[in-house]
Amino acid sequence: MQPLTAMNWLARPGDFRPALKAAGAIGDTAERLNALATLAQWRLDLVETIQLDNALRRAAAAEVKGFATIRLALLSSATIDHLLPAMRVAALRRRLRLEIYKPSFGQYRQELFDPDSALYAFRPDLVLLSLSASELIAGLSLAASTEDAARAESAALSGLRELWRKAREIARAGVIQQSFLDTSDALFGSFDRQVAGAPARLIERLNVALADAAAEDGVVLLDVARFSARDGLGHWFDVTRWLQGKIEIAPEAASIYGELLARLIGAQRGLSKKCLVLDLDNTLWGGVVGDVGLEGIVLGQGSATGEAHLALQRYAKSLAERGIILAICSKNEPAIVESVFRDHPEMILKRTDIAAFAVNWTDKAENLRSVATALNIGLDSLVFVDDNPVERARIREALPMVAVPELPDDPANYVRCIADAGYFEAVAFTEEDRQRAGQYAANNEREALRGSFQSMDEFLRGLQMSVQYGPITPVDLTRATQLINKTNQFNTTTRRLSTEEVSALAASPHGLTLQFRLLDRFGDNGLVSVMLLRSDPQQPQVLEVVNWVMSCRVFGRQLEDEAMNIAVEAARTLGAAWLQADFIATKKNGVISNLFEKLGFTRVEGETVAERSRWIIELADYTHRPTFISRGEGHDRSGDADDVRPVAARSAGR
Amino acid sequence: MTDQEMLTTFDQLLRDLLGDESIVLTMASTRADVPSWDSFQYVTFIAAAEMKLGIKFRIADVESFATVGDIVKETQKLLRK
Repeated sequence: MQPLTAMNWLARPGDFRPALKAAGAIGDTAERLNALATLAQWRLDLVETIQLDNALRRAAAAEVKGFATIRLALLSSATIDHLLPAMRVAALRRRLRLEIYKPSFGQYRQELFDPDSALYAFRPDLVLLSLSASELIAGLSLAASTEDAARAESAALSGLRELWRKAREIARAGVIQQSFLDTSDALFGSFDRQVAGAPARLIERLNVALADAAAEDGVVLLDVARFSARDGLGHWFDVTRWLQGKIEIAPEAASIYGELLARLIGAQRGLSKKCLVLDLDNTLWGGVVGDVGLEGIVLGQGSATGEAHLALQRYAKSLAERGIILAICSKNEPAIVESVFRDHPEMILKRTDIAAFAVNWTDKAENLRSVATALNIGLDSLVFVDDNPVERARIREALPMVAVPELPDDPANYVRCIADAGYFEAVAFTEEDRQRAGQYAANNEREALRGSFQSMDEFLRGLQMSVQYGPITPVDLTRATQLINKTNQFNTTTRRLSTEEVSALAASPHGLTLQFRLLDRFGDNGLVSVMLLRSDPQQPQVLEVVNWVMSCRVFGRQLEDEAMNIAVEAARTLGAAWLQADFIATKKNGVISNLFEKLGFTRVEGETVAERSRWIIELADYTHRPTFISRGEGHDRSGDADDVRPVAARSAGR
Repeated sequence: MTDQEMLTTFDQLLRDLLGDESIVLTMASTRADVPSWDSFQYVTFIAAAEMKLGIKFRIADVESFATVGDIVKETQKLLRK
């Protein structure tokens, strides 16, 4: 079994050196960054990573469209300079550019507590704390009692929380805390785990307490302890390097460290993959069903290979349970495949688990495009799993934005490969995630219903939709923030906000937050839209839509009209006379480029810069938009009536 | 691998690492002969060489290598083992 540090889900590049040279020689900055980002998709060794990083740092200083820059402050008690190239390359893999600040060795604490420090001047978006356990438990003797150990643990924790509090004051996107690497050597042996003062036990307890405290404080965890334990410490820690220069994360683990960090940053920004697209023959089951028939495929039935394919199905099912969409893309006869899903007794995945089903003889790149369209998600949200290296190479070539794991030869290792690749990294697990699988199944039923109606109006009326709405309350905060940061298509400004920023807006007398849930005869679609508004204290009669996002699941269902009706009512209640909104065009939100025009807004001339247009409407001129969505009064999710009161009623009480 | 082949391998490794195609290593080269080959880049070079060749230098040897020739000779010894 390969360690994570080997990064084997990535394919090796052809000839790296000339490819890098060619990329570095491209004149246009955006194209050069694009070419470098393509190189970052390959599995690179230590030196290649450094070479790519050098080319990246020469590439451009200024902002480049399509490459968001994130300012990251690294606060570490060990040497981490050797990890910086891998961090920047892993970020580039996600088309992010990291600008990194690192206080000089051992200075992180002083800088964090000094408002005049270079750390403050750097204005980080994110702070990463990478600390050694040895520092925190240094004072404790092996003879310590259980009480001593508990005291030391809680002192260490409160010290950390103090650091987090400080770090959050300066980093708008939050704090990432690395778990503690256990580099201790056995003293008693297995008994170590039962000795209160033994380092191995202390570090283990510290990591458990750390995870809980981080969850409570909204700090994101970078769990090197878990992954190093899975690989074996030898892949992550090299005592020679430690003795040579206090290097705790070995150079061998630099790439995976950067990758794990970039996964978290990507997850925060909604860049994690959303859909697992599976091939069938020799992937989901053994054998070619078209040749051997339903009875001939290898799946379960006491065959070890059959169990391996079943394990992949089981893993896909678990992913669906945590909110990942499943799709099929296979060159096959649809009728035979349908019969396998329906009649094969060992199939774990059912037809209703599959949100998009592309089974035909068309080119797979074409099929992946239609899967993305059918699901209303970007191609860069797809992971394509296929045992056939030719198909994989074809997709990498034709659709470089689709993630294609370099599946191992042995089906026994399929699950591990997909899991190790970390495509679906998340920093939260919301009620909506839990229900997503069911919602896609319900969507299939809706689509079937759509087909049975003559007109769109008839279909919409038949859905019996109602909307529940209100301000964003603490219960909704995680989901609302997740929606703001994950949504790329219906997103008017693509301004990403942290939970702190959203709750601050909700609490502000100049802010107005709205969240919308859409229900229909097939079920609850969940919290599917968020609108954030703010008035300028100098101009209280103008309320500005800071951002407005809507899940692609409910596009074309008139929710945008009803949401605007509600927003206008709320704005009137607040005494506003105008509603103003910016539309900032991105590569992905073209689907709503004429949203405000359709809603009756007028474009403000002269206010425009390249991608931004400003729209305004006088509330007196707004005509209520007719929809087939009724207003829901309560919702069943919470016993607290206060958080379901329609916004107008709540605002009136302010 | 002959000493000369190993020298060429190390030469390319250092060129890639420091992004300097003008570097030409001889058996007598020292770190001081190569601009920007500081102690940090030295540890990186050693780590990269170890990963590339599947060897592990003794900590005392890493501290006492005076010339590139010393590294070549020790590498040959480790590869023969």
